[in-house]
Amino acid sequence: MAIRNVNLWRSIDWFTIILYFLLVACGWLSICGATYDFGDTDFFSFSSFTGKQLVWIGCALVIAIILLNIEKKYYEMLAYPTYIGFVILLAATIFIAPDIKGSHSWLVIGPIRIQPAEFSKFATALCLSRLLSSYGFSMEKRSDFIKMIAIVVIPMLLIILQDETGSALVYAAFFLVLYREGMTGSLLALGVCMVAYFVIGVGQGENVFDKMPVNVGQFIVFLLIPLFTALAVGVYGKHVGRAWWIACTNLFATLVAYLFSRYVIPFDICIVQLVLCGCTALYLIYTFLLDRYASYLLIALFALGSVGFYYSCNMLIDKLQPHQQMRILVLLGIKDDPAGVGYNINQSKIAIGSGGLWGKGFLEGTQTKLNYVPEQHTDFIFCTIGEEQGFMGCIFILLLYAVFIIRIIMLAERQGSNKFTRVYGYSLASILTFHLFVNVGMVIGLAPVIGIPLPFFSYGGSSLWGFTILLAILLRLDAEREARF
Amino acid sequence: MINDYRFENRKFVIVGIVLAIVVAFICRLFSLQIINDDYKKYADSNAFLNKTIYPSRGVMYDRNGKLLVSNQPAYDVMVCMRNVKDLDTLAFCNSLGITREFFEKRIKDIKNKNLNPGYSSYTDQLFLSQLTAEDFAMFQEQLYKFNGFSIQRRTVRQYDYHVAGHIFGDLGEVSKKDIANDDYYVRGDFIGKQGIESYYEKYLRGEKGKEILLRDAHGRIKGRYLDGAMDVAPVPGKNLTLSLDIELQQLAERLLENKIGSVVAIEPSTGEVLCMASSPTFDPQILVGRQRGENHKILSKDKQKPLLNRAIQGTYPPGSTFKTSQALTYLHEGIISPETSFPCAHGFRFKGLHVGCHPHGSPLPLVPALATSCNSYFCWGLYRMIGSDRYTSSQDAFNHWKDHMVAMGFGYRLGIDLPGEARGFIPNSAFYDKWYGGRWNGLTIISISIGQGEVTLTPLQIANLGATIANRGYYIAPHVVKEVEGEAMDSIYSTPKRTLVDERHYETVVKGMREAVLNGTCRAANLPGIEVCGKTGTAQNRGKDHSAFMGFAPMNDPKIAIAVYVENGGFGAVYGVPIGALIMEKYLTGTLSAASEQKANDIQQRVIYYGNQER
Repeated sequence: MAIRNVNLWRSIDWFTIILYFLLVACGWLSICGATYDFGDTDFFSFSSFTGKQLVWIGCALVIAIILLNIEKKYYEMLAYPTYIGFVILLAATIFIAPDIKGSHSWLVIGPIRIQPAEFSKFATALCLSRLLSSYGFSMEKRSDFIKMIAIVVIPMLLIILQDETGSALVYAAFFLVLYREGMTGSLLALGVCMVAYFVIGVGQGENVFDKMPVNVGQFIVFLLIPLFTALAVGVYGKHVGRAWWIACTNLFATLVAYLFSRYVIPFDICIVQLVLCGCTALYLIYTFLLDRYASYLLIALFALGSVGFYYSCNMLIDKLQPHQQMRILVLLGIKDDPAGVGYNINQSKIAIGSGGLWGKGFLEGTQTKLNYVPEQHTDFIFCTIGEEQGFMGCIFILLLYAVFIIRIIMLAERQGSNKFTRVYGYSLASILTFHLFVNVGMVIGLAPVIGIPLPFFSYGGSSLWGFTILLAILLRLDAEREARF
Repeated sequence: MINDYRFENRKFVIVGIVLAIVVAFICRLFSLQIINDDYKKYADSNAFLNKTIYPSRGVMYDRNGKLLVSNQPAYDVMVCMRNVKDLDTLAFCNSLGITREFFEKRIKDIKNKNLNPGYSSYTDQLFLSQLTAEDFAMFQEQLYKFNGFSIQRRTVRQYDYHVAGHIFGDLGEVSKKDIANDDYYVRGDFIGKQGIESYYEKYLRGEKGKEILLRDAHGRIKGRYLDGAMDVAPVPGKNLTLSLDIELQQLAERLLENKIGSVVAIEPSTGEVLCMASSPTFDPQILVGRQRGENHKILSKDKQKPLLNRAIQGTYPPGSTFKTSQALTYLHEGIISPETSFPCAHGFRFKGLHVGCHPHGSPLPLVPALATSCNSYFCWGLYRMIGSDRYTSSQDAFNHWKDHMVAMGFGYRLGIDLPGEARGFIPNSAFYDKWYGGRWNGLTIISISIGQGEVTLTPLQIANLGATIANRGYYIAPHVVKEVEGEAMDSIYSTPKRTLVDERHYETVVKGMREAVLNGTCRAANLPGIEVCGKTGTAQNRGKDHSAFMGFAPMNDPKIAIAVYVENGGFGAVYGVPIGALIMEKYLTGTLSAASEQKANDIQQRVIYYGNQER
C-alpha cells in the first residue's frame, strides 16, 4: 500500500539524481566547448548559448522539485486528462505554429519557443502506465490491445503532421515497453527486420560493389533474410541444428558466389541469393509437411515475405515523386545536404576521429566550431565530446548513459506489483535508449541522420525540461514504492 | 493486484539491447578515434581555406589607343582572430604606421557583430585595406612575426590622365544592396559606383577565381587541396576602348577651369562621344585607395557639386541653340518657307506681349534670322503654328510640336552608356492644360520657341542636336564606349534614329548656321580653312545669362558636333563660341595654332564668380 507522507529525502533514489547532475554538468561543459569562440566568450552571459542553458537548467530544477512533491495518486488520476490535453495541444500546434525551418512544431509565446512534442512523451508514458496497470487489462483482449497501440500511435501521427518525423520516431521506443509487458516479441522482431530491410535496402540502394555488378543494399538485405530466418528457426522452430544448417549453407553458398564473381566472372550475386532464399523457404515448407509444425510455415512465409517487402520498397520509392524520394533519402541520411552527399556526417566523423585517445582538451577543439560541423551545439553535440575529450571521454559518457538507463530499469523492476511505476520507468528507459542510439549513432555514422537531441546534452530548454519532467515523475513514483521483498 | 512474472526475464533482453548499443558505439569510436588515422590526418588538413583570386579589372583605352585607366597592385591586410597569438602590438603598429588606438579600435570594430555581421574568428577579416606597394614592402618583411595576419593581393585603379573622372567613374566597396542584388559579390568586394565603371561593371569585373588551400589546426597553410584540381582560375575583365579623344578631353576640361559648365563633342556619323567635360571636376586618382572615403566626402559636400556630371545630369534652358530645332519644325509643318519673313521691332510685340531682341535689320527671312538669332522670328513661328488651322486645336498643334522635339531626342534619355542621365523637359499640351487650366495659346507659351521657359535640355542633348543637323536628319544614340573587347555593342549604338523633319529642310538650317559663323553671332568660330556651322545661345535665368554654343564642322563632311554650356557666362559669344571653336580646331587640325593656344590660356584663366550658394 502506498505510504502516506512519504519521506522524500530518505526514500528518493539519490544515485539516479547524482547521475542526472553528472549528465547535465557534462552537457553544459560540452555546450561551452561547442560554442566557445576565441577569447571573448562569456559563458555566463545571458546572450550566449551557455548562459541561456544555465537558465534552462535552473528552470528544470524548479520544475523537478515541484513534480517531486506531487503524490503518485495524482499522477495516476491525471494521466488520462494530461494525455488528452497534450493530444489536443499537438493537434493545435500543427495549425498555429509558425513555419520554422520547414517544421510546424514550435509554439512561440513572446520570446519563448516551446516544442510540445518534447513534453508529450511524459504524458504518453503516464497514459500508457495508467492503461496497462488498470484493473482487468489484458493484452490478449483485442479492445485493450487496440487502445494500447492507439495511445502510442496518435501522438506519433500528430508529430509527423508537424513535419518532425524524427521526434515522432521516438514513440517507437514505447514498443520496447510493450514488449517488456508481454507483447509478443515476434512483432518487435518483425518490425526491426522491416526497418533494417528498408534502411539498408533503400539507403545503400545507390551503391554498387567495385568490379562487380552487385547492388550493395540488395546484397546485404538478401544476406540478412536467411540469417533472420535461421534465427527464427532457432527461436520459434525449437530446432537449433536446423537453424545452423540454414545459416551455414546460405553463408557458404553466398561466399562461393562472391568469390566467383569477384575473381572469375563478374555477375550479379543477388540472383544466387534469391535462389538460396527460395530454397530455404522450400526447405522450411518441406519441414512443415514433415513435422506438421505450423511455425515452419510461418517462417517460410517470413522469408518469402521479406524478399517481397524488399522489392515493394524499391518499387514504392521509384513510384514516388522526386521530392518525396528526396525526403526519404534525406531521412535515411543519404542526401542530407545539397552541397555534397554526407557532408555533415563526414565532418562530424572527422571531428570525432581527430580527437584520438585523450582528445584535444577542453575548449581546444577546432573542428566542432561554427565552421565545420553544423548544429554542433544541438544535435551534433557528441562531436564536441569526441573531439575535445577523445575516446576516453566518449567511453565515459556512454558508460554514464548505460549506467543511468540500467539504473532506471532497476528502479522500474523494483516496483513489485506496482505495474504503473514499472511501465512508466520502462518508458523513460526506452525513450532514453532510443535517443542515445539514434543521436550518437547518427553522429558517428551508424544510424541515419534523424535530428533528435542527445538527452541532457543538446542545447535547448524543451528537450532538457522534457527529460527532467520524465525523470522527476519517475523518482517520485519510485519514492512511493513498496518493498518487493 | 495480480503479479505477472512471466515476462520478467525480458528485462535482460532490454538491458542487453542497451549494452549492445553502447558496446557497438564504443567499437565504432575505437575504430574512428584509435585505429583509423585517416580522420586525424584529414582533420589536420580539414580546414579548407577558400582563397579568392581577384581577376584583373578590364582597362580602358581612348579612341587612339592611349591607355587611360589601368590597374596597380594594392594589398589588404587580413586578420584571422583565432590565430592571433603573442602579438607584439607595438612592432605591428610601427610596421604599418598606425597608432595603438587605431589598432585597438579596428580590432574592436572587427569583432563587433553589428558593424561586421560576417565576423567569425575562424575566417580572415579585413584589417586594413589597400596598402600601397611601398607600405606593403615594409610590412611584409615583418609579417612572419605577426601570427594571424596575412596579405590579400588586390588591384586598384591607376589613371594616366587626370581627367574625365565623371566618365570613368570610380570603384567603391559593395553595399548591402549590391550584395543582395547580385550574389557574385561578397563583403569587401569592389564595384563600379559611377560612370563607365558602374555601367560596364559586368564586363570590367571579369570573374573571380578560387584557390582551395588546406590549413592545419594552427591556421598554417599546408598546401593546395587535391593539388589545385578544384581551383578555379580567375577570368580577367574585358578591356574597353572609349570613344573619347583624351587630348580633346584635357583641352575641354582646361577651358572650363574656374567656371561651371560642360562641353560635349560627338562624332555625328557614329554617335561616339569625343569629349565630355563637366566643370567643376576632380582628379579620378583621388578616389582610389584608402583616401577614397575621405575625398569622396569632401567632394560630395562641395556646394558646387563637382561629383555631378553636368553634361548628362544638368538640365538647362537651351536658349537660342534651340531655334534651329524650331526652324526645322516650322519648315516641315509648312508654317514657314525659307523665304518667309517676320518683322522684328526690337523684338516680338503682339497684343501687349513683348519678347526683346537685339538690333538688326527687319523684316528677315529664315537664314539671316538664324544668323542674327532673331527672337521675334521664332516667336512668330510658334504663334503661327499653335494658331494654325492645319490642326484641330492648339492642343493638337502643340502635340505635333512635341512629337518633333521628342524625335530630336529631347525630353527623354538619349540612352548614353553612363548611369544617371537626365531627361530634360519638353512639355506637352496636357502639361499646359493643367498649368493654365486649359486657357492657353501660342502667346502664353511663346518663350519656349527661343529655348526659354519650361523647356530644358542636357548639354548632351544640345550636342546631339548639333549632330542631328550635321547628319541632316538623324542621330545615333551617343555613347562613350566604342568597343568592349570581344563583345558586340548594343545595337542602339549603331542604329540611326530619324527625326520627323525632311532632309531638305536641314540644308536651310545648315545654311543659317553657316551664315551665323560667317556674318552672324558666332563669327569668332570662323576657323581658317574649315567650314564651321554654329549657333550661339544666351539663356536667361535668375542670375547672369548662361553662355551656350552648338555647332559642327566641317559643314559638308561633319566630323565633330559640339555643345558648350557655361553657367552665368553671359552672351553665347563670350564663352560658348570661343571654347567651341578651340575644341573643333584641336580635333580637326590635331593641334592649336599659336594664337589659339594664347586664346585657350586666356579662357582658362578667366574666372566666373559664383558666390557661396548651393549649385
